[in-house]
Parts: sequence; structure tokens; C-alpha cells
Amino acid sequence: MQVNEYKPLIVAFCCNWCSYAGADLAGNNRLNYPADVKIIRVPCSCRVNPMFILRAFQRGADGVIICGCHPGDCHYTSGNYYTRRRMALLFSMLDYLGIERERTRLEWVSAAEGAKFAATMNDFAEKVAALGENKRLEDLRCKK
Amino acid sequence: MQKITRDTLVSKAVSLLENGTVDAVLGWGKGEFAYDVTPTVFETADEIRENFVWNDFCGANFSKYLVSKTRKLEGKILVFLKPCDTYSFNQLLTEHRFDREKVYVVGVPCEGMADISKVKAITGDGISAIDFTDNGLVITTLYDDEPKTVAYEDILAERCVNCKSKKHVAYDELLGETGEVLESARFDEVAKIEALTPDERFAFWQGELSRCIRCNACRDVCPACTCEKCVFDNPNSGAENKAPANSFEEQMFHIIRAFHVAGRCTDCGECSRVCPQNIPLHLLNRKFIRDIDNFYGEYQAGAEVGTRAPLVDYNLDDLEASDVFERRDSE
Ligand code: SF4
Ligand code: SF4
Ligand code: SF4
Ligand code: FES
Repeated sequence: MQVNEYKPLIVAFCCNWCSYAGADLAGNNRLNYPADVKIIRVPCSCRVNPMFILRAFQRGADGVIICGCHPGDCHYTSGNYYTRRRMALLFSMLDYLGIERERTRLEWVSAAEGAKFAATMNDFAEKVAALGENKRLEDLRCKK
Repeated sequence: MQKITRDTLVSKAVSLLENGTVDAVLGWGKGEFAYDVTPTVFETADEIRENFVWNDFCGANFSKYLVSKTRKLEGKILVFLKPCDTYSFNQLLTEHRFDREKVYVVGVPCEGMADISKVKAITGDGISAIDFTDNGLVITTLYDDEPKTVAYEDILAERCVNCKSKKHVAYDELLGETGEVLESARFDEVAKIEALTPDERFAFWQGELSRCIRCNACRDVCPACTCEKCVFDNPNSGAENKAPANSFEEQMFHIIRAFHVAGRCTDCGECSRVCPQNIPLHLLNRKFIRDIDNFYGEYQAGAEVGTRAPLVDYNLDDLEASDVFERRDSE
């Protein structure tokens, strides 16, 4: 066993009504996903301000994923449609600035999709791990 | 050189003030130097005759001033707007930022404005006098015996090189004639950056953004940035630092500033104009505009009053965030 195996720190913003319940289901079903995925529960995916994402990177996240209800299923009817536009533009901008595009992701995960939640996190963590530590968007001075 | 003369603007302002149509005039006023034109509120005809300026350095877009000026003033205020300024004017109206009834808009045609940094790059510092001639600006400096002539095409401001429209989209009255929406090459440079490798892009932006001194001028001047309470003034946001504490703050400021105006930015060019560090902020704004055009259909903020900005709108079959790069890479 490798002792110093690099494990990326992933921040997952999950909406309360679908994705957070999806994560719960993944747990109840004993499905494995990396322990370094830190879930932050938000009322709706559209609560995620672009600043939250940048701040997470600044504080040392290597990847940030936003999970919300499937289009059409948002508890607040249309929140995730706004999320979709915002994140499309934000991710594209980060890429334009030279930040690796695999570090950000938006996924739709319903409350019944525990398996999808676990699979998504495993896949995302793997992709981010392949990139290595987030150097570009990280603020070294904030590291304790 | 501007085709329309200062006299035309002055006599228009004076007559509207004297016949009572307006109670004040928002225009370009004399500053310390010939190129240092200052936005000014004139309240008397004498002030106008004496201090009003109209030349190739009248880049300042007054739309945003209307937000505070119309609040202070009881009556009506005259504002001179160039074609690009009228887009900002419409955008502010769309956002209900001031009362249209309190403003009288006089549209002025524009031949393009000069960028003083470009002038100084040619002539050097110490400019003591500027003559506006048909062949270009004749510049006298403290250090040269002979005045230098610089051609207009060499000193045109970036936003004017890539002017998107000579058409006034809002006015009560026009001086001279309005023009057409232009085919501009304003997205060419964005496309060039997109074509670089991620490492090259990162290096490019690091070089540009690390010069930022966080003077906040780009935010303060922006007609789309009219929040009464800005995130960057909030000490709890961790982003209020006046000087970039580290490279991350710079990126954060720039990403968030551009993001907050995405879909509402009219590409008026004021942010790049005022940046003392000559950071090409338009390349960030235009990236958003280009993406919006590509992803959600062409949209020009401020072209009309009352349109829904793309980020406060959606379609059921919008592009998924994961398909963004596929869409772009296939172009
Ligand atoms: S971001 Fe710049 S170009 Fe866009 S509206 Fe503001 S000042 Fe004008
Ligand atoms: S940067 Fe954002 S919060 Fe600040 S004034 Fe502009 S839009 Fe408002
Ligand atoms: S105007 Fe230029 S230097 Fe000032 S905050 Fe904006 S980008 Fe930075
Ligand atoms: S409540 Fe789940 S995305 Fe809005």
C-alpha cells in the first residue's frame, strides 16, 4: 500500500431536495465514494454563488462539483435552469483563464439516484486526482 | 477629429438651459490638462461657455452619473450621449436605475475617441498643449522643441477601434446624424486567447491581472455596476482588499466583477478606458458576451429597453454545462 497516495479534496455543493438526499441514499446503501468529498448542503443549486466556488478553491479544494435536481424537478421550479446558465458561463470563463476544466462540474442527481451520486463522485475524484493539486486557483497564504 | 463642433454642443446646452427645458447639464468639463476631461454638472450658461469641452478625449460615458444626479436634482437634467453611451443608458433604464422623465438626452455623433496612453507612448510624457487638426493631434511637450503630429488611427481607444455601433439607441434629440450598427471585429482577440493552450492562457492572464492595484476604478465607472452595496466593499466577504493581497484576490475580483455584469455589460469600454494599469478588461467582458451569443443566441445589452438579460432568463433545452467545451472546441 502506498502511504502518501495523493487524494484530492473535493467540495460538493448539493441541493437539499434532491442531491443531498441522493448522497444520503448512497450512504444508506453502503455505496463507496471518496471520503475527501466534502458535502455542503444548499437549499437549491442556484444558491451557489460563483464566489462560493472560487472561495472553495482558494481554501484548498482541488475540485468543486455542484449537484442539483434534474431540470424540471427543482423544488423551486426553475432554480436549476439559472444554475445551468451561470455555471456554463463560469466554467467557460475559468477555462479561458487557464484553469483546468476538469476541476469544475455540474451534475443532476435526484433523491433516488444514490448509485449515480456515488459513481459521479468516484469519477470526478478520479479526474481531479489525475490533475494533481490545485495550484492555480489556490491561495497559498490561506493554507494553515 | 470630431466632426460636430464644440460650439454646436454649447449653444444647444445653453438654449435648453435658458428656455427652461432642463435645469442642469451633464457634460465634459475642463480638467487639469487638455486630455484630462472631467465629467461636470453645469448649472449656468456662463459655466458652460467657459468650461464645456468637446474634443477627442471625451470618452467618459455619463449614463451612470444619472443614477445619482437625477436623485439629487428636482428638475430635468440634460445629458450628452455618444452612440455607445446610449446602450448603457438603455440598460440602466431596463434595470430601473433612474427616472427617464428627469432626463433629456442629446445624442452626439462620434468619430472615435483618443486613448491618452497611446498618445503618450508616441510622444512621451510632459504634454503641455494639444491642437486638434484634420491630420491628427499636434502635441507639444515640455521636452521637445518641435510639436509632434500623431495620426488619429494610431491613437484611437480600443473600444473605438472595435466600435460596435454608431447608432444612437436612445435620445430625445440628435445633433448631426446617427449612424449604423457596425460589423466589428471585437471578438477576434477573445478567439485568439481561446486558441492558446491552457498554460499559455494562464500565463497571459497572470501577467495582465497581477498588475492590478485594486483601485476599483473599473467597477466605479461601470454603468452595469450600480449596486448600492457592492460585495467588494463588504469586509466580511474577504474580497474587499484595496490592494491585491495575493494573486487569488486578483483573479477573484476580476472573475466576479466580470461575472456580475455578464449579460448586462453593453461593452461600452469604460472599464478598460479608466484602468490605470491598462489591463484589457474588455477581454473578460467580451468572453462572456461571446459565450452568451454562442450558447443562448445573440444578445446585445442595452439595444432595447426592457429585454431580459440572459442570466435572468433560461430555456428548458439550454446547453448543459458539461457540453460547453464540446460546443466551443467544435467551432
Ligand atoms: S464591464 Fe466595462 S464595458 Fe461592460 S458595461 Fe461595465 S464598463 Fe462598460
Ligand atoms: S462588482 Fe458586483 S456587487 Fe459590485 S457593483 Fe458591480 S455588480 Fe454590484
Ligand atoms: S481599474 Fe485596473 S487597476 Fe483598477 S481595479 Fe480595475 S483592473 Fe485593477
Ligand atoms: S431545489 Fe434542487 S436544484 Fe433547486
